[in-house]
Amino acid sequence: MSNVPSELKYTKSHEWVRDEGDGTVTVGISEHAQELLGDLVFVELPELGATVDAGSECAVVESVKAASDVFSPVTGEVIAVNEELADAPETVNQDAFGDGWMFKVRLDDDSQLADLLDADAYNEVIEAEAH
Amino acid sequence: MLIFEQSKPGRRAVAQAPLEKADYSDIPQQLRRKRSAALPEVSEMQTVRHYTRLSQKNFSIDTQFYPLGSCTMKYNPRGANDLALLPGLKGRHPLAPGSHSQGFMACMYDLQQILKEVTGMKAVSLSPAAGAQGEFAGVAMIKAYHDSRNDTARNEILVPDAAHGTNPASAVMCGYKVREIPTDSEGDVDLEALKGVVGPQTAGIMLTNPSTLGVFERNIEQIASLVHKAGGLLYYDGANLNAILGKVRPGDMGFDVIHMNLHKTFSTPHGGGGPGAGPVGVSQRLIPYLPVPMVDYDDDKYVWLTENERPESIGRLSAFAGNAGVLLRAYVYARMLGKSGMARVAEFSTLNANYMLKRMQEAGFEAAYPNRRATHEFIITLRKQAKHQGVNTMDFAKRLLDYGMHAPTTYFPLLVPECLLIEPTETEDKQVLDDFIEAMIAIQQEAESNPELVQGAPYTLPVRRLDDVKAARELDLKWVAAAAE
Repeated sequence: MSNVPSELKYTKSHEWVRDEGDGTVTVGISEHAQELLGDLVFVELPELGATVDAGSECAVVESVKAASDVFSPVTGEVIAVNEELADAPETVNQDAFGDGWMFKVRLDDDSQLADLLDADAYNEVIEAEAH
Repeated sequence: MLIFEQSKPGRRAVAQAPLEKADYSDIPQQLRRKRSAALPEVSEMQTVRHYTRLSQKNFSIDTQFYPLGSCTMKYNPRGANDLALLPGLKGRHPLAPGSHSQGFMACMYDLQQILKEVTGMKAVSLSPAAGAQGEFAGVAMIKAYHDSRNDTARNEILVPDAAHGTNPASAVMCGYKVREIPTDSEGDVDLEALKGVVGPQTAGIMLTNPSTLGVFERNIEQIASLVHKAGGLLYYDGANLNAILGKVRPGDMGFDVIHMNLHKTFSTPHGGGGPGAGPVGVSQRLIPYLPVPMVDYDDDKYVWLTENERPESIGRLSAFAGNAGVLLRAYVYARMLGKSGMARVAEFSTLNANYMLKRMQEAGFEAAYPNRRATHEFIITLRKQAKHQGVNTMDFAKRLLDYGMHAPTTYFPLLVPECLLIEPTETEDKQVLDDFIEAMIAIQQEAESNPELVQGAPYTLPVRRLDDVKAARELDLKWVAAAAE
C-alpha cells in the first residue's frame, strides 16, 4: 500500500495538492501514480505565469512505460515550477510528496479546494482501481 | 562494435579480382567530391562477418514466435515478395506515364476493389504510407466534410481510453480537441458516458473494433447511431482488422472512415520501422475528399486520378502513389487468400487466441476480462505475481526471451495493470502455442521458487537486462570519428 499523507488533498487522476494557507497551493503526482508509471525519464511542466484550469491537462510525465498527462487540480496562475525536475525526473519517483513537487498555483478562488478528495476518499480511488 | 570502430586507415582488402577504375566521366566536374567519403576501411570478409553477426542478433518473426498484441506479426509469404519483385514492376519508374504503367496500375486498381469489398466501404485510396498517416488522412477527411457544409463548430473528436496513442495524436494534428471516453468493467465503451459527451461539438469518434482490450465492441450499432444522430462521423482504426477479416465489415457497422494497416493484416513485412501502407476507405459522403492519387478504370485503360479530377481531395500524402512495393505484396497476398482464405484468417487467428486464453486460465493465469471471449488477441494480468512474488510483467517478458520467444506486448493497454497483450496470429501451429504456454507455466514456477532468477533475465542473449532509464535519458546514436584528419 502506498503512502497517502492525510494533510494533502487529491484528485481521481492521482495529483496531490498542498494548501500553503496564503491563497497558493503546491501540486505534484502521488506516490501511487509514480509507482504505476515506473521510472520517470522526462517531465514537462507548465510555463511560469500561465493560467491553468481545474481538470485540464497542464503537464506531461514520461516513464519507461508510458507518457501521461498531468491534470491541474485547481484553477489559477502558475507562480513557480520545479525546474530541478528537468535534469532529475527521478526525484518524483524518490520523493513524490516532497522534492518531487511539480508546480505552484495562486488560486483564483480558495473555495475550490473543497472539491478535492481527502486522503480517505483517495485511498478508496486506489482500492477501486485494484479491482 | 560498430563497423566504423573496426576501421584501420589505408586498409584495402577486397576480393582479389583486378580493380578497374570506374568511369565517372558523365558526372560534371563540379559535382564530384574532392576527398573520399569517410567510410569504414575494413576488409571484405570483415564486412560480411560484421553484418552476418548483426543479423544473427535479430529476434524476428522468421526466427522466433513473436506474439505482439495489437501488432499482428504474421508470416510474410515469400511468394508475395517474389511477385512484387518481378522486373516489370520493380523497374517501373514512378514518373513513367500511365500508358507505360498499365500492369502496375491494374494491380493497384484491383487492390482498391478488394479492400473496398472486404471492408464494406464505398471507395479506397492507397496512398497513405503507413497507419499513422492513414489516421491523419481519415481525420482530415472528417474535417473536410464538416468544413464543406460550413459545420465548423464541431471541434471535438471522441476517443475511448483504450485507444492506441496515435488516435488522439491524429485528432490533435488535424486541429481537434480530444475527449476521452471511459471503458466499462467488461471492456466495452461506456455508453452512458458517451451519451454525456456526444453533441453538436462532436466531429467524430475514433474506435478500434475489436478494441485493444482483446474484446469485440458489443454496442457498436448503438454507438454508431448515437454519434451519427449528433452529426458526427465514425472512424475505424484498422489495427485489429485481422480478427474480423472476411467475416464482418466495418462499412456494415456504420463506419464512415477506415484505415487499414496492410503491413499487419495483409502480411507485408513490418517491425523495425520498415515501410508500411495505410490505405483509407470511406463511406459515400466522404468520397470526394480521399487523398490522391487513386487509380480508375475507364474506357479499357487504367488512369490516375489526381488533383485535377478530384479537386476536393485533401491532397497528397507522399511522393507518387504511396509505398508501391508494400502495396504490391499486399495485393498478391490478398489474391492468394481470396475471399474464403480471408475468412480463414479471422477464424484461425481468433481460434488460436481463444485456445491460448483457455489453457492459460486453466494453468492459473488471470484473464483481464474473464467473462469475455477473446478476439485475435487477449490480455492476462500478472498483478498477483507482481504483488506476491515481486516478479512483474517485464520480468516475465525478459525471461520469455531465454525460452526462445519474443515477449508479447507489455504494459499496453494502460487500463490493465501488469498486463501482457498476446496475439498468436493465424500463422502459428498448435505446437508453438503449446510451447509458449508451457514456457509461461515454467516461468510461473520459477517466480515462486526462485524469483531472483526471473528478475535477472535474460541470460542467454548477447545483451542482458537493459537500463531503460539510461536508454531513454542518455540516448546516444552518434558515432564521432576520432581526430583522424
